[in-house]
Amino acid sequence: MADMAEVKRNVSAAGGTNLAVCAGEQPILKVEHVKTYFDVTKGLFSPKQIVKAVDDVSFSVGRGETYGLVGESGCGKSTLGRTLVKIYPATEGKIMYNGQDIAAFRGAEEKNFRKEVQMIFQDPYASLNPRMTVGEIIKEPMEIHGILSSSGEREERAAELLKIVGLKPDHIRRYPHEFSGGQRQRISIARTLALNPRFIICDEPISALDVSIQAQIINLLKEIQDEMGISYLFVAHDLSMVNYISHRIGVMYLGHLVEEGDADEVYSDPIHPYTKALLSAIPIPDPDVAKRKSRIKLEGELPSPINPPAGCPFRGRCPMATEDCGRERPEMKDYNGHKAACFCV
Amino acid sequence: MTETKEILDDSLFEKLDDSEKNTEFIAMESKTYFQDAWRCFKKNKLALGGLVFLTIMILLAVFVPLVSPYTYDAQDLDVRNALPSMEHLLGTDKLGRDILVRLMFGARISLSVGFVAAFLNLIIGVVYGGISGFVGGKADMVMMRIIDCIYSIPSMLYVILIMMVFGSNIGSVLLGICVSSWIGMARQVRTQVQTLKQQEFALAAYVIGASKVRILFKHLIINCMGPIIVSTTLMVPEAIFTESFLAFIGIGISLPQASWGTLASEARSVIQSYPLQIVWPVLAICLTVLSLNFIGDGVGEALDPKNR
Repeated sequence: MADMAEVKRNVSAAGGTNLAVCAGEQPILKVEHVKTYFDVTKGLFSPKQIVKAVDDVSFSVGRGETYGLVGESGCGKSTLGRTLVKIYPATEGKIMYNGQDIAAFRGAEEKNFRKEVQMIFQDPYASLNPRMTVGEIIKEPMEIHGILSSSGEREERAAELLKIVGLKPDHIRRYPHEFSGGQRQRISIARTLALNPRFIICDEPISALDVSIQAQIINLLKEIQDEMGISYLFVAHDLSMVNYISHRIGVMYLGHLVEEGDADEVYSDPIHPYTKALLSAIPIPDPDVAKRKSRIKLEGELPSPINPPAGCPFRGRCPMATEDCGRERPEMKDYNGHKAACFCV
Repeated sequence: MTETKEILDDSLFEKLDDSEKNTEFIAMESKTYFQDAWRCFKKNKLALGGLVFLTIMILLAVFVPLVSPYTYDAQDLDVRNALPSMEHLLGTDKLGRDILVRLMFGARISLSVGFVAAFLNLIIGVVYGGISGFVGGKADMVMMRIIDCIYSIPSMLYVILIMMVFGSNIGSVLLGICVSSWIGMARQVRTQVQTLKQQEFALAAYVIGASKVRILFKHLIINCMGPIIVSTTLMVPEAIFTESFLAFIGIGISLPQASWGTLASEARSVIQSYPLQIVWPVLAICLTVLSLNFIGDGVGEALDPKNR
C-alpha cells in the first residue's frame, strides 16, 4: 500500500481541500435506493427481458462537494447520471434535490430544477447542435428561463461566459464544427454556466479528450467550483482523474454501488476487491515502482445486466469469492465513514 | 553533434519581424450552412441550368398572359390550326386560340400545382413524421398504422372520388395529389427524428429546460433539413407529372382553363393533321420536370455533408 500512497501524492498534489459534509446540513442531492430498469423485450411473445442498469443505489452529495462516480463501461454510471436529471425515469426509489422528490416536480418547480441542475455530456462532438452558432447555443438556456431581458444583454453575457471558460468572445458567431474537442467541451461548460446552476452532473466530460486537454478541463471545472460553489457529480472511468477532482468517491459495479468514501481513503486504502483491482490497473509513471507493484488481473467480463448473477454481483470475477458470496447480496457496511459492500472484509 | 554546431551557427539565422508572424494564418471565413450549400450548388452546371430554365419559365408564365393581346379562352375561328407566325408565335389550336398564351397559362396552373403540393407535403409530412418519431411508443405505432391504411388505397381512387365530390377544379386536384404523397416525407422525417433524439445535443436541450416543441423544431428537424429539402424539391416534378397525367386522361381542371396535360390531350385529336400542336405542351412538361430533377439532385449533392 505504501507505493499506492506515493502514486497518490503525485497525482493529487494540487487537489485535496477536503470539504466534508457538515453533519447538520441538508445535502443538495440525496439518492435513496434508486433503480433504473429498461424493458428490452423483443417481440410480443418472447419472455420479458429487463436490463437492470442501476440497481438499488444510495448516496448523497453535499453543497460545494464533488462526488466522483467510477466504474467500468456498462456499469450503469451514465444511466445513473441521466436518471438524476430525469432523462430516464427512476423505476424505483427516491431522488431528493434540496430535500424534495424530483419526480414530483411540476410547473414552476420543474423549471427551477432545470435551471439549477445541469449536465455536461461525454461527447463534445455530439452535444452541441451543429446548426446553431456558439452564441445561440449559450444564449438558448437564458432565453428559455428568461434570464436577462434583452437580446443584447444575453449576447454580452454569452461573451463573458466564453471568456470564463477560456475562449475568445469573438468566437460567438462561429459554428461548433470550427472548434476542437477541448474547445467544444468548454462551450458545453459555458452553456451550463449560463443558468448559474447549483449542481452539475459531469457525464464523463473528459473521456473523449486527449490527456493534456483533460487536465485543462478538470482544472477549469475546479476553478469554477471554487468561485461559484457549485456541487458536481463527476462520472468517469479514470480513477486517478476522479481522485484529483473529487472529495468523495463512489465505485459502481454492474448497477450497484460497491464502495464509497473520502476520495483519499478510497484511493489509498480501498476495501472492496473490485476497487483494489481498478486501482492496480492505473499505470505508474515510475518504472521502478511499477516493477515492484503487483497487478490484480480480473478474469472474465462484466456479466450481463439482463441476468445479473445472484448474490454479490462481483462474485464471478472476484479473487476472494467464497461460497457465501452466492447466497445473498452484500449490504453496504460502514467502516468509519468508508463504506463497502463485501462479505470478505 | 559538434559538426552540426559548426554548420548551424547563429549568423545564419535572422529574426523575423512582426509583419511576418501572421503570414501562416490560414482560416476560412465562418460560413452558415446554406452559404456553404449554395457555393457547392453553383458548381453543378446541370442544376444551375435547371434553375435558370425554371426561373425563365416562371417569369414567362407570369408575364406572357399579361402582355399578350390574346386571352387564353378567346376564340378566333378565322385562324384555326395556324402554324407559328409573327401574330401567333406558337400557332393556334383547333378553335383558333393562341397556343403560347394557353401554354403559359397552363404553366401557371401546372407550376403552382407542383409547388403548392410540394409545400403542403412538406408541412404535413414534417409535422406528422416529426411528432410520430419524437413522441414514440404507442402514439407512434397508431400514427404509423394510420399511414399504412392511407397508403394501402390506390391514389387514383382518391383523386377520382374527390373530383366527384368537390368538382373539377384546381383545389380538388391538389387535394387528390396531397392525400397520399406526404406519406413518404412523414416516414423519412420520423426515421431521422428517431435517431437524432438520442443524440446528446437533444438531451442537452432537454436538460436546460427546452419545451418539447422547441426541441423538436429547433434541434431535431433543423438537423434533418438536408434530406427534407431534397425530397421536397423532387416532389415538385412528381406533382406536376401527376397533374398532367390526370388532365391528359380527362380528370382535372375544367375547360376552357388548361394545364399542360389538358393541352396535350386536346392536341391529340388533331395529331394526324397538325402534329406540331402536341409538341409544345409535351416539351414544356419534359423540360420543366427535367430541370426540376436536376435541381433536386444538385440540392441533394450540395446538402450532403460528405461533399464538403
